[in-house]
Amino acid sequence: MRRAVHPAMWAWLIAGFAFLYVPIGSLIVFSFNESKLVTVWSGFSTRWYGALFRNEQILDAAWLSVRIAAVSAALAVVLGTLVAVALARFGPFRGRALLSGLATAPLVMPEVITGLSLLLLFVAMEQACGWPAGRGTPTIIIAHTTFALAYVAVIVQSRLVGMDPSLEEAAMDLGAKPTKVFFVITLPLILPALVAGFLLAFTLSLDDLVIASFVSGPGSTTLPMVIYSKVRLGLSPEINALATLLVLIVTLGVAAAGLLLKRAERTRERDTRMVLEK
Amino acid sequence: MIRHDSLPLGDRLAVSAGPLIRRLAGITPVRRFLNVSGRFVTGRGLVVAVPYGWLALFFLVPFLIVLKISFADQLIAQPPYSALVEWTAEGYLTLRLNVENYLFLARDALYWKAYLRSVEIAFFSASICLVIAYPMAYAMARADRALRGLLLMLVVLPFWTSFLLRVYAWIGLLNNTGVINNTLLALGLIDRPLGMMRTDFAVYVGIVYSYLPFMVLPLYATLEKMDLTLLEAAEDLGCRPFEAFLSITLPLSLPGIIAGFSLVFIPALGEFVIPDLLGGTETLMIGKVLWDEFFSNRAWPLASAVAIAMLSLVLVIMAFQHWLARRTAEPA
Repeated sequence: MRRAVHPAMWAWLIAGFAFLYVPIGSLIVFSFNESKLVTVWSGFSTRWYGALFRNEQILDAAWLSVRIAAVSAALAVVLGTLVAVALARFGPFRGRALLSGLATAPLVMPEVITGLSLLLLFVAMEQACGWPAGRGTPTIIIAHTTFALAYVAVIVQSRLVGMDPSLEEAAMDLGAKPTKVFFVITLPLILPALVAGFLLAFTLSLDDLVIASFVSGPGSTTLPMVIYSKVRLGLSPEINALATLLVLIVTLGVAAAGLLLKRAERTRERDTRMVLEK
Repeated sequence: MIRHDSLPLGDRLAVSAGPLIRRLAGITPVRRFLNVSGRFVTGRGLVVAVPYGWLALFFLVPFLIVLKISFADQLIAQPPYSALVEWTAEGYLTLRLNVENYLFLARDALYWKAYLRSVEIAFFSASICLVIAYPMAYAMARADRALRGLLLMLVVLPFWTSFLLRVYAWIGLLNNTGVINNTLLALGLIDRPLGMMRTDFAVYVGIVYSYLPFMVLPLYATLEKMDLTLLEAAEDLGCRPFEAFLSITLPLSLPGIIAGFSLVFIPALGEFVIPDLLGGTETLMIGKVLWDEFFSNRAWPLASAVAIAMLSLVLVIMAFQHWLARRTAEPA
């Protein structure tokens, strides 16, 4: 049964979407502005894209950020999945409440606190055992893995909880060991959640300014840190060009991931149906 | 006999990991480590132990260190704080706790103001988000099933694009030479630019804009699950639509309201980027104060004390939210 929604409600929804998208749209429009004064239109030009691709500082920082994001997202997927499996499949065990709390707390922790506390940990560790010697890429990876694993754990856990346990039980009844059941049955079934978790962890790492600023060292300046130092001085047409490219990549990435997952889901559902019908 | 390389990758990994784990567990110290409380812990124990160890080391221990350093003295040294526990020249172990940092926070009006302003700004931002998001989520939840997925994606998409760049976009809109002022000037509605940048208004706009999806999503989730026959029953019994909304829809969406409110309120409380880029000198927020103490003044112990004060507030709010969520979940 459907209920009609008042037209004013639809108008409100459209206005809400306008509020969400007009700023992004204006970023994109003015990235094609000829003038160095970003918001004063003087003609169409792609010169700022050229300037962006000649800017060594931005390119180096972007490459570093992508590498950090890839490594920390991979680590976060592994650790986050372990947390999710423990919380969703192991029933009650000692320390379960603490693990659940530890895994969700980074979601709501203000970033300045996470950043400060991790920096102080790294300094104390260096004093105590000599590692990490100074701060840089490895410390940023550890920091990003820690907060991203919380997001992965939430996503994978909800997938595990919503999953039909009969397939796992059937494999177990047929004598498969738990490790084998996990890799052969569970893992393929939760793969969409792992992909979503990886993409989210990657994006969060690529976007983080505050935590990276605390735990980075000389020589490890990430892309958000470069953007921030430029943006503090005011508008910059190169940043508009960069933003446009990022929006384009993200939109294509999210759309592609959505389509792929939907297709994989459909194939799997068909396979499961065929198996059950036989 | 199954040929090993004919198996899919996941299977192959499982087959080869098994003996490796068994061999590792055979080594006496490893076995002793795994053999906690007399029960032999195998793969299952590792699944729990690895993330536990990681989170304990990189999430729990750091807070204890922050707590410790908040009681240290400020030094001009590397690192710039004193040790709490020291051996004296006579060979005594001494413990010195310096509460000066906390006294400083309590005495200096700047910190109180920043603390209270952060709570105020976070509270009103979350309230504004709620007012904007509720009708949006309501319309989305009642839309055609086919349309819902697309609308949901449109809400989530900005969240995937850079937070920093979305805040930056507002500088271009709110500046004295920005899009809004230029448009209003061109239309002749104003004759000099409205000073919107570097004000509290800009901070509110930035926070509401950045965190709106966090409010829409939980509201949508509860409204979509709602049983619509309840409304129908109410109307059959002569209830007017608005009354039905107040007595049925609103109470049923309360869990979503609580979740959305805390998802906006808590991060907004510690926000640094938005007050730094959009706020003025008079917009004091606690996250920015902590940042400045740390990076500009190199006052690590004081910054730690600010962090502990902020953390206690966050914990109180989380506990309150937990209590509230539990109360509303119980049937009346």
